[in-house]
Amino acid sequence: MSIAVVTFPGSNCDRDCVHVLQNIVGAPTVQVFHKETGLHGVSGVLVPGGFSYGDYLRAGALAKVSPIMPAIRRFADAGGPVLGICNGFQILCEAGLLPGALMLNRNLRFISRWVGMRVENCDTIYTRHLWQGQIVRMPMAHAEGNFTADPETIAALEANQQVIFRYVEPVRADAPDGNPNGSINSIAGIVNDAGNVLGMMPHPDRASEEIIGSTDGLPIFRAFAEAALNSVRLEHSF
Amino acid sequence: MEELVKATVIVELKDGVLDPQGQAIQQLLVQRGYSQIEQVRVGKKVEFELSGVSVEQGRTMLAEVADKLLANPIIEQYRIELE
Repeated sequence: MSIAVVTFPGSNCDRDCVHVLQNIVGAPTVQVFHKETGLHGVSGVLVPGGFSYGDYLRAGALAKVSPIMPAIRRFADAGGPVLGICNGFQILCEAGLLPGALMLNRNLRFISRWVGMRVENCDTIYTRHLWQGQIVRMPMAHAEGNFTADPETIAALEANQQVIFRYVEPVRADAPDGNPNGSINSIAGIVNDAGNVLGMMPHPDRASEEIIGSTDGLPIFRAFAEAALNSVRLEHSF
Repeated sequence: MEELVKATVIVELKDGVLDPQGQAIQQLLVQRGYSQIEQVRVGKKVEFELSGVSVEQGRTMLAEVADKLLANPIIEQYRIELE
């Protein structure tokens, strides 16, 4: 049993994610190149951050037609845990594995800084080591993180508690909702309706070691790895 | 020599979807004295040269390409022009 970290041309957080999973969490991890068409029987998939295909056309648009994507789609449809971080979130939205779209930031800038998020639902396979309402701090680094969807989709996401993280500013326990990039309802991360696919814009991979300033992202990797490695083996091999 | 079909796909944000680029351009132009410019919307133009297809086949193919890749239906719409 292992976790796949998928590398697209232009992914640049793939090695960071392998490092966190392998060396900090201790989960066996394999790198899968986007040209492959199978996932080697892994039990978790991580789509990392970066600039797949140079963000040409739209961030994540070209990655969604990569050879590896049908296998990721089959894996997600069968209930396998799929975590998308930053560009990974954009790719999962483009591929239709998560609802909504990530548009250009409202202020047109590439925003690279630390940001706070409130945990809005700790009852998921990704957030069970965090607590409800906890404020976590990690870096954001994107130009297209402005989450949008039609009003019905937003209402459904809110009603089903699929909004997992919301930006808050400043970073403190009683902070109000913040909005660095223009996202509807300050949305920073969501899950699909089955709860097995999570997409988030900020980087837990850049907040998993004390030496780089925060370990708030580590519980997410730990929970993801546990969900992947302890899961009942999926019926099909991907 | 086979005749090439030239085609253009225009991808634009749907009406009602906020266009921060268009807004920034509009505001700047108004500041520079072009006060008549009330709205700016920025889109993309993708040009194609197709061979071995009729205009109608080209239209069908590009509609498929636009649906699958060129436009994100959540935020964008497209139109196809062929000659």
